[in-house]
Amino acid sequence: MKEQLQKDFYNSIKNLSLSQKDIEIKKFCLDNFIDKGFPNRKEEDWKFSDLNQIIKNNIGELSFYNDQTSTNKVDTSVFVDGLEHNKIVFINGRIEKIDFEYEKKDQIEIIDQSETINEFKNSNSLSDLNNAFTNKCFKILVKKGYQLVKPLIIYHTTNSKICAKNINLRLNFELDKDSSLRLIDLFNDASEKNFLNIFYNFELKENAVLKNYKVDKFENKNIKYSFNNIDQDKNSISETFILSSGSNFSKNEINCNLNGVYASAFVNGVFSLNNDKHHEIRSIINHLTENTKSYQLIKSVLDESSKAVYQGKIFVNSDAQKTDGYQLSKAILLNKESEFNAKPELEIYADDVKCSHGSASGSLNEDSIFYLMSRGLSYQQSRELLINGFLLDVVEKITDSEIKNLIKNMLGIKE
Amino acid sequence: MDNRQKEINNLKDYKYGFSTDIENIQAPKGLNEDVIKFISNIKKEPTWMLEFRLKAFERFKVLKEPDWQKPKFPKIDYQDLYYYSAPKSMKDKPKSLDELDPKLLETYKKLGIPLQEQARLNGIAVDAVFDSVSVATTFKDELTKQGIIFCPISEAIQNHPELVKKYLGSVIPTSDHFFATLNSAVFTDGSFVYIPEGVRCPMELSTYFRINASNTGQFERTLIIADKGSYVSYLEGCTAPMRDENQLHAANVELVALDDAEIKYSTVQNWYPGDQDGKGGIYNFVTKRGLCKGKNSKISWTQVETGSAITWKYPSCILKGDNSVGEFYSIAITNNHQKADTGTKMIHLGKNTKSKIISKGISAGNSDMTYRGLVDISSKAKNSTNYTQCDSLLMGNKCGAHTVPYIKNKNSESNIAHEATTSKISEEQLHYCQQRGLNPEEAVGLIVNGFCKEVLQQLPMEFAVEAQKLVGISLEGSVG
Repeated sequence: MKEQLQKDFYNSIKNLSLSQKDIEIKKFCLDNFIDKGFPNRKEEDWKFSDLNQIIKNNIGELSFYNDQTSTNKVDTSVFVDGLEHNKIVFINGRIEKIDFEYEKKDQIEIIDQSETINEFKNSNSLSDLNNAFTNKCFKILVKKGYQLVKPLIIYHTTNSKICAKNINLRLNFELDKDSSLRLIDLFNDASEKNFLNIFYNFELKENAVLKNYKVDKFENKNIKYSFNNIDQDKNSISETFILSSGSNFSKNEINCNLNGVYASAFVNGVFSLNNDKHHEIRSIINHLTENTKSYQLIKSVLDESSKAVYQGKIFVNSDAQKTDGYQLSKAILLNKESEFNAKPELEIYADDVKCSHGSASGSLNEDSIFYLMSRGLSYQQSRELLINGFLLDVVEKITDSEIKNLIKNMLGIKE
Repeated sequence: MDNRQKEINNLKDYKYGFSTDIENIQAPKGLNEDVIKFISNIKKEPTWMLEFRLKAFERFKVLKEPDWQKPKFPKIDYQDLYYYSAPKSMKDKPKSLDELDPKLLETYKKLGIPLQEQARLNGIAVDAVFDSVSVATTFKDELTKQGIIFCPISEAIQNHPELVKKYLGSVIPTSDHFFATLNSAVFTDGSFVYIPEGVRCPMELSTYFRINASNTGQFERTLIIADKGSYVSYLEGCTAPMRDENQLHAANVELVALDDAEIKYSTVQNWYPGDQDGKGGIYNFVTKRGLCKGKNSKISWTQVETGSAITWKYPSCILKGDNSVGEFYSIAITNNHQKADTGTKMIHLGKNTKSKIISKGISAGNSDMTYRGLVDISSKAKNSTNYTQCDSLLMGNKCGAHTVPYIKNKNSESNIAHEATTSKISEEQLHYCQQRGLNPEEAVGLIVNGFCKEVLQQLPMEFAVEAQKLVGISLEGSVG
């Protein structure tokens, strides 16, 4: 893999206008990655999902060079109907379109940061890989007091032209004081056997509100890793919703730092899996100052030989008195081959806190099915009703009604 | 001054902190094959036992000390320890208590464990382990009548080799982790219990461990076998003198329960915890594992962990037999600079297996406490259930309480439920108690005892009373 990496690296920096210093940094990251490789089971964070093995078994040889000199045609048929929205379109990892047609132009700034490489605080081998190979990076700045009228949808589209490629993406967001942003990540894949490595960084200033919905619904044979870092100032709110369903393998990591008082973070997730899919959510909520709050709810429905993993951590610093942290994960295993693993972790250094977590997994309740069947529903209908009700609980947590309906439609849940 | 206050004052300082001045026989310092041969030789062990030790030592040489635990400690120099230390008077084993060194009798009397049977009113059979040897076992005759074997493991190796050979290392093999393997290579003494088929052990069996010599590691090994349809309740207590150095205690405990058998294992661990600045104290790195080998068998662990500078142990149950049951009840209290990383593992292999985990952690002062546990339901363990509850109480903002559970469910017909909470003692509760005339310390003691009640109830009577007192005493000075 080493030769391949080095060859691809020189091919990809060839077309970029980088300073000597930037090349040095990228090289340093590349060497780090070559040193560490893809994460494997030996690392605590990857205990339940060995990415190294997964890539080996599903992709085989991976190529890291993406020819991004020619443009791709934007296929408008993938756009969401019935919901007016702003767009950012990625096709095969190349940014094709940034369009904030519904917003005041002077309130949003799009800054090209391709030339500056910003280090992630908690770096791992995948962030090194991302640093070494991302060649376009934008920062989206929402200015003070501006609240976006329409949601922003980021389309992650891949077509059949690419196969066995590694795609690295990076976006930075800054929400200034009193601003707000609704953001949907929508995955549309017509390709297979690619590895997507996505890093987002959010900076929320005082009173800012971020709502991020990640929707991976459509069947595909790709492998995805996504990392969100969220830094929150006083009074800010972040809401993250993850619908984890379509890809062969997917891991979403949320790292949230509650730096300012009264900041709060909500992480909700749904795993709806079948076949041999293997999905994971890992969340780390760092309560770093007093009076902060976090709430997490993860529900899974696992069919056939699918596997879901939830690793959630609540960290409470010794200064973070009056913290309120809550975490609940529930799973229904529909098939004897399916598997659910959880590691709900609490690390607490302050005494005046209220932290709790719960985790439950098991089969569908036969008594409930019996109840519904005795009232005239078929077995299949009762099962569906129960599963929908189970998942609806999480979907109902979405605070934006437009987007809630969109996601309900996607899941086929009717009330 | 009321009685309780007097009691507290008496116990405020670690009252077991004295040391006995006694002449010792020690193995040469360090860890090598010669030392292992020395231990085996002095215990007059058969060749197969020496081979068992050497095999473990071979494996030990390639193992690395684990470092994933939360409490970090300075590197232990394994060559700077004595692996065997025994009172000289024990060289030719005394035949009865009358021949036992009076100094030893005195020590145990001071610890509240009189070895003269007539002094015991509550009818508990005791095996007393002093550094590396078992000095006395009481009530032997009465137990023998029922066919129960209760003796030091070194005696069992001589007298019941067929049982020891069959079961030693069957739950904790010589190829296990670092500290367990070290123990397999150099273990010195411990208790051996065999309960024959269909026998319900008429009294509580108990072992009392005492570290006395300095610079010595204690490596004892306990093996309990409950044959078909039998029942035994076993208690374990431990203390050590106050010393500035950290002493290593790496024991192995193996339990085997055959069809329909039940083993109840209770520990009140009160090793010297170090002084208020965290100097000295015991490193308690113990491997405890029970195998529910037969159908309908049951193993229940109860532990009250108040001592030791660092406690690092996970009493586990392997639920192999169908319908077997594993239970784990734990109270862990850390104060001053104590650290604990403890919990359990429940490994469900058989059908219809059940496990229950109740863990209560209390941390005060500058201490740090971690609950770490594993519940693993394999794909064959149909219709199994687990219930886990771990609660933590924090006192003050210099201590930490952490929960790290691993939950694995590979079976759609099995259910797992886990809950954990972390909080502090509520002002309302304290206020309520104080309003009714309790002083703050008494109020905290009452609330904490209530918090721990579910676990304390599991202990045998005599232990429960002692443990309840210990809970109050361990938290002395942490309020206000």
